[in-house]
Amino acid sequence: MSEFFTISVLAATLGTAIRFAVPYLLAALGETIGQRSGVLNLGVDGTMLLGGFGAYYAVLKTDSHSLGILVGLGVGLLMGVVYAYVTVFLDAKQGISGIGIYLFGLGFSDLLFQELVGTPLPIRPLPTLDKLPVVGGLFEPLVEIEVIGPLLFDHNLLTYLAFLLVPAVTWLLMKTTFGMNVRAVGENPQAADSLGVSVAKTRFIAILMGSTLAGVAGATLSMQLAIFQHNLTNGIGFIAVALVYFGAWRPRWVMAGALLYGLVTATRIRWQSLGIIPQGASDVAAMAPAIITILALVLLASRVRGPAALTKPFSRH
Amino acid sequence: MEHTPLLSMHNITKTFPGVLANDDVSFDVRNGEVHTLLGENGAGKSTLMKILFGLYKPDSGEIRLRGEVASITSPTSAIEQRVGMVHQHFMLVPTLTVAENVALGLTSSRGFRTDLDVVSDRITEISEQYGLSVDPEIDVWKLSVGERQRVEIIKALYRDAELLVLDEPTAVLTPQEVADLFVILRQMTDAGTGIIFISHKLHEVLELSDRITVLRNGRVTGHTTPAETSRQQLADMMVGREVKLAPDKPHVDLGLARLRLRNLSVKGDRGTMAVVDADLDVHAGEIVGIAGVSGNGQRELAETVAGLRPAEAGSSVSIDDVDLTTATPARTRAAGLSYVPEERMKDGAVGEFQVSENLLLINHAEARFRRGPLFDFAKIRDHCQELVDQFSVKTPSLATPTSSLSGGNIQKLIMARELESKPSVILAAQPTRGVDIGAAEYIHSQLVEQRNEGVAILMISEDLDEILGLADRIAVMFEGRIVKVVDRENATKEELGLAMAGAEVDA
Repeated sequence: MSEFFTISVLAATLGTAIRFAVPYLLAALGETIGQRSGVLNLGVDGTMLLGGFGAYYAVLKTDSHSLGILVGLGVGLLMGVVYAYVTVFLDAKQGISGIGIYLFGLGFSDLLFQELVGTPLPIRPLPTLDKLPVVGGLFEPLVEIEVIGPLLFDHNLLTYLAFLLVPAVTWLLMKTTFGMNVRAVGENPQAADSLGVSVAKTRFIAILMGSTLAGVAGATLSMQLAIFQHNLTNGIGFIAVALVYFGAWRPRWVMAGALLYGLVTATRIRWQSLGIIPQGASDVAAMAPAIITILALVLLASRVRGPAALTKPFSRH
Repeated sequence: MEHTPLLSMHNITKTFPGVLANDDVSFDVRNGEVHTLLGENGAGKSTLMKILFGLYKPDSGEIRLRGEVASITSPTSAIEQRVGMVHQHFMLVPTLTVAENVALGLTSSRGFRTDLDVVSDRITEISEQYGLSVDPEIDVWKLSVGERQRVEIIKALYRDAELLVLDEPTAVLTPQEVADLFVILRQMTDAGTGIIFISHKLHEVLELSDRITVLRNGRVTGHTTPAETSRQQLADMMVGREVKLAPDKPHVDLGLARLRLRNLSVKGDRGTMAVVDADLDVHAGEIVGIAGVSGNGQRELAETVAGLRPAEAGSSVSIDDVDLTTATPARTRAAGLSYVPEERMKDGAVGEFQVSENLLLINHAEARFRRGPLFDFAKIRDHCQELVDQFSVKTPSLATPTSSLSGGNIQKLIMARELESKPSVILAAQPTRGVDIGAAEYIHSQLVEQRNEGVAILMISEDLDEILGLADRIAVMFEGRIVKVVDRENATKEELGLAMAGAEVDA
């Protein structure tokens, strides 16, 4: 146990926690935007899987991470169009439509993987800042700094973008007319409609944003792990939906939830590698993040009220 | 020659399958006047207003604004043509601030970013001009009902409304708030705004209106002015026959206290105290009316008496000396309580059930409706038909889904079911809210009849006219306490209004 509580191991664990948190954070931020507009998307995990495979395949074929991100983004956008069309224009039940998106993503990503790749081939992992071309040299000395280095600078570009998205999404929701419309249609769509705000358009765009971020979250995951396999996400998308509730629909608290999740996961892995957790107990330990999240949800979620029109389709009559 | 009216609606006709909602309706509104549309539910007021706001297209007829033929195709185009509406159910987003609610749907001067500071300044200007004090920065959920209504008015004024429609604006206000609202509306008409006032509260209509148009069954049955008419006449015009506004109440000697509440304290949904130390007796042969603005503990009190909500330790509820403080709803009913709940579609009847099923909701297990272990449908049909006839519930058949009946008929159905059990105590919450005058008249007469026969009746109502017309004694609730109990003969509206607003608390 004492080996764990050395500064350098703690810093490295925290650094890993931050990296682990990124797919959760991206997916949960996207889901936050959607839910604020009154639409629950349970298909996040499926969108992540398809986005994750798309990015993996792009990198496998072209070795370009930029293309990988773009493919993840595009896949997320496409899935968003489908989900938004079904829920906003066809007034389908959100719960079951989301499950449909999930099952489609789960099955189709696996099918594509089996058909196009077959045996898992590793890809080049997302480079950390110091490994980037051109600017990499600038970061090399920073990564070498003790404690601070591995904690703050040994990350890939998407990690920083994900955390920058936290204030960005807050700004979008709170300081722009679009964000105001999103909050209004998520709370009282009739009121927004009576003032000429298009509920359908607002929700459509919010869903697209959310789904796109889910696609990018999947891309980040497969490119961070540098591999793809059946059900790669293992439920990350569902955890992300739970984190939105945990975070009371506020980006800052959603981020706190994602970091907590990353921290518990990173600690578990570190403890296992240090032999603090006996081999036999590893299954139990693997459940720790889920259990902690559920406890936090039970304790916190009952205290805050979400968007009043969440999951409710809107129609004028 | 007269000035061109601000709005004139000419010969508007609108049919829905099987219903003639508006039949050749014409009326106009001038700048600076309050024109009231008076009529029962289904008389065609809301259809007419939905046509004005572009939600329905009339089959024939035309709308003119400021003398010109107007084409209004959506609420947004109505707003653009300076027609505003304050809906009965406020169109506000409670989690947004006042300024955000006002800015919603408008183009920001900063493009993609909001310009709430600019909006706030303009709101402050409008507030000062009309005496509508509202803080633009505050979240709407923190505001009182009266303040929320002011936000709705500000929303319309901010959009330069020259014609403002107010749909039942006083339904949720205290008498003092109503007086304040009328002052504001008068200031607006002085500034040239035309107002369409929709209400069924006759004394308010007489107090505020310049002109009155009465609708019945989709047709205009009369144009009049307050000087030329009276409450009684307006009611008769609405219903189409002579109406008894207040039932005759013969003198009845008071019996023993049947319903007793002692130190009743009850927690609300949020865990705070909703009812505090309430003491009240209701005697055989009297109607006790509980007056108060909604949300002052009336609902929780009713639910506790009905056995639906637990009372705090030290409280006591009893009927005919049977202690029911911790009783289940079934035991409470067995002890003689009949309950007409406030939310008739949520707590009073099952919408998808047939009329007959709702009539049997309480007593279907009784032996008289059974043959062995099965229902005796012939008997049930006879029983239900009898109740429907006796209480004149207008329904196409006993098998009609209850939710397709009108509010008044659903309420009559519930009354039929509740009175059938020969109760010793009746608890009636908002018995005529949203109910037509004709049905209300009938429900009132039934309550008075029960009182005459020695039933103890506790009636909760936000409608002071109803309380004054029906109750023998009046209790006023404010912030969970019974702050005043007064005999009907000694009660005045002003005094009750003050008590409802909390004035008795300091005294």
